[in-house]
Amino acid sequence: MSTQATQTRPGPSGASRLGALLRLRELPVTVALVALVIVTAAVNPLFLSPQGMKDLMLNATIMMLLAAGQTMVIVTRNIDLSVGSILGLVAFGTGSIFAAVPTMPIWLVLLVGVGFGALLGSLNGLLTVWAKVPSLVITLGTLYVFRGVNNGWAGPRQFFAGDRPEAFGNLSVDTLLGVPIITVLALAVVIVLAVYLAGARSGRDLYAIGSDPEAARLFGINTSTRVFTAFLVNGALAGLAGVLYASRFNAVGATTGSGLELDVVAAAVVGGVAIFGGSGTVIGAAIGAILLNTITSSLTALRVDKFWQQAIVGVLIITAILIDRLASLRHAKHLREREGRNV
Amino acid sequence: MEASAAAQGPVLLAVHGALKTFGPVVALADGTIELRAGEILALCGENGAGKSTLVKILAGVHAPDAGTFTMDGAPCAFRSVADSKATGISVIYQEPTLFPDLSVAENIFIGRQPKNRLGLIDHAQMRRDAASLFTRLGVPMNPGRRAEGLSIADQQLIEIAKAISLDAKVLVMDEPTAALSGAEVERLFKVARALRDAGAAILFISHRFDEVFALADRITVMRDGRYISTHRTTETSVAAIVHEMVGRDVDALFPARNAEPGPIVLQVSGLGRRGVFRDIDFCVRAGEIVALAGLVGAGRTEVARAIFGIDKSTSGTVSVNGHELAPGNPQSAIAAGIGFVPEDRRKQGLVMDLSVARNTALTLRRRFSRFGLIDFRAEKRTAATWARTLQVKISSMDQAVATLSGGNQQKVVLAKWLATEPKVLIIDEPTRGIDVGTKAEVHRLIAELAGHGMAILMISSELPEVLGMADRVLVMHEGLISAALERSEATPESVMHAATGSKEAAT
Repeated sequence: MSTQATQTRPGPSGASRLGALLRLRELPVTVALVALVIVTAAVNPLFLSPQGMKDLMLNATIMMLLAAGQTMVIVTRNIDLSVGSILGLVAFGTGSIFAAVPTMPIWLVLLVGVGFGALLGSLNGLLTVWAKVPSLVITLGTLYVFRGVNNGWAGPRQFFAGDRPEAFGNLSVDTLLGVPIITVLALAVVIVLAVYLAGARSGRDLYAIGSDPEAARLFGINTSTRVFTAFLVNGALAGLAGVLYASRFNAVGATTGSGLELDVVAAAVVGGVAIFGGSGTVIGAAIGAILLNTITSSLTALRVDKFWQQAIVGVLIITAILIDRLASLRHAKHLREREGRNV
Repeated sequence: MEASAAAQGPVLLAVHGALKTFGPVVALADGTIELRAGEILALCGENGAGKSTLVKILAGVHAPDAGTFTMDGAPCAFRSVADSKATGISVIYQEPTLFPDLSVAENIFIGRQPKNRLGLIDHAQMRRDAASLFTRLGVPMNPGRRAEGLSIADQQLIEIAKAISLDAKVLVMDEPTAALSGAEVERLFKVARALRDAGAAILFISHRFDEVFALADRITVMRDGRYISTHRTTETSVAAIVHEMVGRDVDALFPARNAEPGPIVLQVSGLGRRGVFRDIDFCVRAGEIVALAGLVGAGRTEVARAIFGIDKSTSGTVSVNGHELAPGNPQSAIAAGIGFVPEDRRKQGLVMDLSVARNTALTLRRRFSRFGLIDFRAEKRTAATWARTLQVKISSMDQAVATLSGGNQQKVVLAKWLATEPKVLIIDEPTRGIDVGTKAEVHRLIAELAGHGMAILMISSELPEVLGMADRVLVMHEGLISAALERSEATPESVMHAATGSKEAAT
């Protein structure tokens, strides 16, 4: 009996901790964001003025919320393409409520919006879990259904800034320590969600499900409940984003939020959330959302043609996925040769 | 090696007459084992003897159709994985199913992670708990690293650590050593012996007799889904066990053939793929059936895939009629006249939703296309010809292949390749999952094809098929050809010895 076999691997060391930091999936997106801000600020100092910063944060707020919710769904190896439509419905609903009852308390409207979003999200969840149809298809369907309902409901009507109570609009104007109120709200939600995904047993289950759904079932994890909950929470966040959208933007109508879903998925992917589930964090996705919004702003600040902005976002997405793919391919090849038979 | 130090503990887990059928297929007719506390019991049997089914029943993956099960004398039922775990059984598979994205510690404690006062997972505590488990096992492992990329040996150790943390009384190891290196096997054995000495009951499944005899206290033999016998390791021999494993008459139902092999058609020289197999040298002559035998995982399918070019070989050459093929290029293999009927019909051989005609003609799209469009009538005509020749039972050529039986699907795959009129046909497990009647028909077809001068390389895990069909038998073991046997030399024993890499292979 040899003891040689037991001396195979060193324990954690300083070097491996640095390695762990370098392997963080959030690292590339953070580096990209910092670099982008520095370069833009160097060329156009106004970019980092208090007003410039505030604009940056306001623009990223909605996307940050949506990306955080989407992460929860993607981590389970699902996707929700209907978030843009949910946001649109809730935003228009918010406008309608204030138009009908201008004295409605803001907290109640927030609650109704979140509840409405959760309802729509749970519909996605139910269909995905029960019908066992890929969520890509289910939510592609509800994307159109929700949008259609919005169209029918709104028709040509639109609600403008003048139709809502001033206090509601001020949520996007007033600041707390220089940070807009709606951004503070979104940040709080992102942090709560981040803690939940990292620190709760049920949160970790979501990663297990996305990592290997079959194994998760074998482990006795209640995958249906977990996936359903992820869709519900994501819907609720889209609902919250919808209410905040109505506060932030001048007009809400039939097409509000259309096309947002792809930006959201892009933000999550750029933020290091693996599109096939199992890994990625809410924080990373939120940074991804900020990065995508900042790119738009800074390219404008750098006077780059609008056409190029979209192309650059596309290149970023592909780069993020290529980096991921290359890393895992290299890893697999390495393993096959190292741990394969000694032949 | 103190395998003889068998503790004569009380029977802990007893299974009698376990039955499991899948439709008409009886996977397990009489699963019977008695496992004592403080012993290692080895379970031996050929591929398809029912070992894995029995393991899956114990794991709660398959619910048994009949049989009595007792744990510690009390009846128990395994309706779900949770049932099995609650009974105190942990199963370590050949390839464990870990969550690659989660940390080692989390893989052990998922769903039972220790919590701190805030009700959140105490990651530090979890890592400490995991570390102390590995200390108990005497193996170094960083609990904080992601499970992705861990060697199979390490993954198994994680499963064992999990079993210990669950206070498992019975540890089932299903071919745990199949993918391990020598040092890793030794490490695993050390852990297994330590657990046995601490009172655990271990059911050990392996095809390697040297391991079985080095580790097990007793050996139970299964054959054709039935319990055959149990021996104390000290009172039996490899030869006796092998005889019991294969002890059955080779099916006399195979077609009689008078092989007059022609010139060499397929020549494989020094073929290798790093980490998978190496030094594969053989040839197949026109009109000859060469069987590639061996255990599941010996590298047979991988060799076939490399010959056909699906996987790129890292050394050696393949030539057909003296023309060397470009490695890693199936197109060139098809052009040179190789046909490949893969093992998994559903995944690799057929497009299930397409019609019989379309599937048959899939390999011939170029021939049927005019101005870049496919001539559907010509496609149907050719497909119909082959369907008739192979006696595929279909109502119409437009029927989707998904609606056909396994045997008829296999015929469609065959038709697909035969329509290309190949010189060499590689068939991987030609009769897996096919009922007995159709099996004989597929065998007849293969024999006929050889009779018409086709060179056939057949991969099969079924010994009767290998012995009944092949003119020559190449046996693979762990990525190497361990024996090349002429028809006259090939016996169940000689093939089995070579396939298991047994030291007594020469005798």
